[in-house]
Amino acid sequence: MESGGFDTHIIFHSIPFLAKGMLLTLELTVLGIGGGLVFGTLLALCRLGKFRALAFAAGTYVNFFRSMPLILVIFWFYFLIPLVVGEEVGAFQSVLTAFIMFEAAYYCEIMRAGIQSVRVGQAHAGQALGLTYQQNMRYVVLPQAFRNMIPILMSQAIVLFQDTALVYVVGLSDFLYSADIVANSENRLMEMYITVAIVYFSMCSLAQFLVRNLQKKFAHE
Amino acid sequence: MAKMRGALRVGLSVAVLLGLTGCAGDFRYNWNWSILACTSENIDAGCIGPYFFWILEGLSWTIAVASAAWVIAFPLGSVFGILRTFDKPILVVVPFVKSPIYFRTRAIGTSKGIIWVNVAWFLHGFANVYVTIFRNVPLLVQLFLWYFVFPELLSDEAGMWVKREMPLPEFWTAVVCLGLYSASRVAEQVRAGINSISRGQQYAAMAIGLTPVQVYRYVLLPVAFRIIIPPLTSDFLGVFKNSSLALTIGVLELTAMTRQIEEYSYQGFEAFTAATVLYIGVTAIVMVAMRVVEGRVRIPGMISLEAK
Repeated sequence: MESGGFDTHIIFHSIPFLAKGMLLTLELTVLGIGGGLVFGTLLALCRLGKFRALAFAAGTYVNFFRSMPLILVIFWFYFLIPLVVGEEVGAFQSVLTAFIMFEAAYYCEIMRAGIQSVRVGQAHAGQALGLTYQQNMRYVVLPQAFRNMIPILMSQAIVLFQDTALVYVVGLSDFLYSADIVANSENRLMEMYITVAIVYFSMCSLAQFLVRNLQKKFAHE
Repeated sequence: MAKMRGALRVGLSVAVLLGLTGCAGDFRYNWNWSILACTSENIDAGCIGPYFFWILEGLSWTIAVASAAWVIAFPLGSVFGILRTFDKPILVVVPFVKSPIYFRTRAIGTSKGIIWVNVAWFLHGFANVYVTIFRNVPLLVQLFLWYFVFPELLSDEAGMWVKREMPLPEFWTAVVCLGLYSASRVAEQVRAGINSISRGQQYAAMAIGLTPVQVYRYVLLPVAFRIIIPPLTSDFLGVFKNSSLALTIGVLELTAMTRQIEEYSYQGFEAFTAATVLYIGVTAIVMVAMRVVEGRVRIPGMISLEAK
């Protein structure tokens, strides 16, 4: 096989295959963000709540996951989930669980910082108006907190999108792994890896651009 | 009293965690912690390799990759971060060429026929492009680019040297890749640190007659670097954790070693537990050490530092 030069033909030829991989990457990203947000919010509420045992458990959880590399977490769940469930569940479920558990720790910290960024005076003013705890949270604290954390939540979503490339280590056919299969079977490493880099770069830069615009919009209000 | 309560809490949470692991459904797994103590090949004891030394070796590689990468990331990131905040022009005159017409842009212009180039504009732009590129491509893809693609772009001889003849090619590729990637993160922190200092400081420094370089050297940087100690610590810990990606190109660091033990002994959980404990241990040590450093270098009376 001729191996010199930059072969663009192979890239166009493998677009359908790569698109399938990208679909899995996006699926993992969206489900990871959704699950991570839900679980992360619960953790943040536990951490800021008044039950000290719960707050302590949530804190331990967050610190635990934040000091582990994502790859190790992926390996953990890849081997742990089938044992806990008692049957084979497939790589996707294991990896998705790992992502949700891992990202929840980061989302929790973002939520906590967001809620704490609302000045105490606001909550006190709410109380002075006679709002209940729930009303105070719902109408005074959370709307401001969410506005503060939206840009960081979005940036974390971009980070998660990039992190999904790590499923490579358990051989799940995401975008990078699909490109890797083509690269190795056709011996076209250079073409495929450069394509992968350009695609990731374009998508992330576009997302970054949108986040920045959103940020400006919120800042203006 | 407070200490006792703290100890009680830790004990309770460990007990709860162990309890959860124990009763998690249909959990059939033969724990054999003794394999972690394997120092030599001993088939009867379930030791196909000296697992204990493998883990130690893995830990040393992890620390080596992370430290070497940080040696690249910290200075380079600082330079890029400073460049991204530097808004004074640095004009360099183009010798021997005169311009017949007058023009002026932010990058290049003329003054009485002499052509000048604003070097700061180009450096600024370069730093921005650098940060954008390195932040928007997943680290694993960058690693593959450095390991598989970069040698192909060089001349045959240089490519051969990078791939084969260079000592420890996988290690150094991982170090360079991780270092350059992390530099983009450090640059963001340094920039944020400098921008967080009130403008008044800079004006005051200029008012007493410091040059722009002196303003940075004596006023902005000493404060900025103190402010960003906590985020820089978490960046360093990021490098430490990200060094695990080096396993994909064959560096036998901590995670790779535990994976190898899993393959040899089928006792994956013991190995993963050992790695987890080591990662958490190193993280804890670094955080405590940096908190001490932060306290030592604190500027007396600076409230923004004490508040954190």
